[in-house]
Amino acid sequence: MNRRPPTGRRLINFLVSGFSVLASLLGIFLLGWIILEVIYRGLTAINFDFFIKLPTPPGMAGGGLGNAIAGTLAMTGLATLIAVPLGLLGGVYLAEYGEDSRLADNSRFSANVLMGMPSIIIGVFIYAIVVVPLKHFSGYAGALALAIIMLPVISRTTEDMLRLVPNTLRETALALGAPRWKVTVLIVFRAARAGLITGGLLGVARVSGETAPLLFTALNSPYWFRSLGEPMANLTVTIFNYAMSPYRDWQQMAWGASLLITVGVLALNLTARFVLQEKR
Amino acid sequence: MREPRVLRFFQLWPQTGAEPLGDVGFRWLSGCCALLVPLLIWAIFVQLLYYSLPTIKTFGLGFLFSQTWNPVTQEFGAASSIFGTLISTLIAMLLAVPLSMVIALLLVELAPPWISRVIGTLIELLAAIPSIIYGMWGLFVFAPFMADYVQPALGHTLGFLPLFQGPPMGIGMLTAGIILAFMILPFITMITRDVFTLVPPVVKESAYGMGSTTWEVTYKVTIPYGLVGVLGAGFLGLGRALGETMAVTFVIGNTHRISASLFAPGNSIASCLANEFAEATEPLYVSALIALGLVLFIVTYLVQVLSQILLRRMYRAWSVGL
Repeated sequence: MNRRPPTGRRLINFLVSGFSVLASLLGIFLLGWIILEVIYRGLTAINFDFFIKLPTPPGMAGGGLGNAIAGTLAMTGLATLIAVPLGLLGGVYLAEYGEDSRLADNSRFSANVLMGMPSIIIGVFIYAIVVVPLKHFSGYAGALALAIIMLPVISRTTEDMLRLVPNTLRETALALGAPRWKVTVLIVFRAARAGLITGGLLGVARVSGETAPLLFTALNSPYWFRSLGEPMANLTVTIFNYAMSPYRDWQQMAWGASLLITVGVLALNLTARFVLQEKR
Repeated sequence: MREPRVLRFFQLWPQTGAEPLGDVGFRWLSGCCALLVPLLIWAIFVQLLYYSLPTIKTFGLGFLFSQTWNPVTQEFGAASSIFGTLISTLIAMLLAVPLSMVIALLLVELAPPWISRVIGTLIELLAAIPSIIYGMWGLFVFAPFMADYVQPALGHTLGFLPLFQGPPMGIGMLTAGIILAFMILPFITMITRDVFTLVPPVVKESAYGMGSTTWEVTYKVTIPYGLVGVLGAGFLGLGRALGETMAVTFVIGNTHRISASLFAPGNSIASCLANEFAEATEPLYVSALIALGLVLFIVTYLVQVLSQILLRRMYRAWSVGL
């Protein structure tokens, strides 16, 4: 065994420590750089019209992305309505009934895999089963794609949060003669409320910035939507189209939309954290 | 005053020995919801395979190795997209894995708890920023920065390698790889941090007791001890990098070409889908794109499954819940 002098070992340790501080600073610097750049470039695009007007052709002043904001809200809302009940119930099965059964094991495993699945694949899937048979792009298809992305997030956080509820609480209620489902819905849900809200918020945050699954499900549209059954304007695809266009004012609009999305997603994330910490 | 009311409430549903009907129903309902997720994965696979059949029939295995991608003559080959996906992911992994390791080291071993909590939260927020925002930032801020400073410097010093030749355009394989690295960094860091935290203090303390430095403890004790978990974290990041779509689409350049230079534009499977899918009209064109999706699905599925197996094995061996 060759021995190195202690100073050499200490030097390496010092260098590695320094490197780790630098790497962490790089991470923080990146976060700051991205956020500041988005605020700096996006703020000039944001005014009252931005929220309520329709987009204008390139070169024409004024206009806004009111339709895209409404579209994103509607699709995210519908996706939440689909994914939250299904995910919640799935999580209940994993935590309360299935535990180590084969179904629960499979479901847990698949949820983890689905969470890491590229979202564009979900878009292709929905294109194949919804858009092709109906022969047109629609807001429903977009919402469905978002719901599939949200489902495993909700189901896994629900399970984790329900597992934190102490068993004595369940036993107490069962001892009073309550059926299991009542114990779950009235007692366990109530005890885990903060966690469940966190899961929901994280799920919404996860999908509200998604672009890839909407590209060929909801597509985009320059008009207000009359129903969810037609191609639907949304913020993220608008950002993509406008950013790739050669027009300066459209790119400016894309920055405004980016600011809106970033603020929304970060706010949802911070709220989720806050809710959970409040509880603890 | 609360208790009696609660009591009365529950007595409305007396237990009669057999499992109440509501319970059976609720268990079935929740079981079906749990079944939904595995079914979805199967459905995705079957659908992708079904729509890829025309491509598989027309081109066979040659689809994977052909470089031609010509919608006009209806000739499609996935080689350039697969190449681009692999190279951009490789760059991302080479950068992100060491950085994640040392950040996790700082979070667990070096920094005082409150600093570690603050840094940890900030790194987690980095993971929350949507892909498209990375794309905007990458295209309008980072790519010009690469073109003005990084690429000329690299070309100047390492220009004798074919990897770093060509005009510094900003967009291209290298920029895409670096942005991917930034995006997967938080995921790998967070899991590595958890793995490092879970290594029993006794093991680490024994090594410290022998006079090891912090780095030696990490390198010779913590990492080998938690190797399965660290590998799992790496594969998780790998899966994310392979399928990352929007950020890559913004900066990779989107041409179906294989170049030796990292400065040259290329494309990846995901970026090709994002760019061309909505415009594809010919059935064979759509089928070829979906076949690309199938390739991506299979690769990311295998990587994810591997990562899950590794992480699960670690958590099982250490008997802590996932």
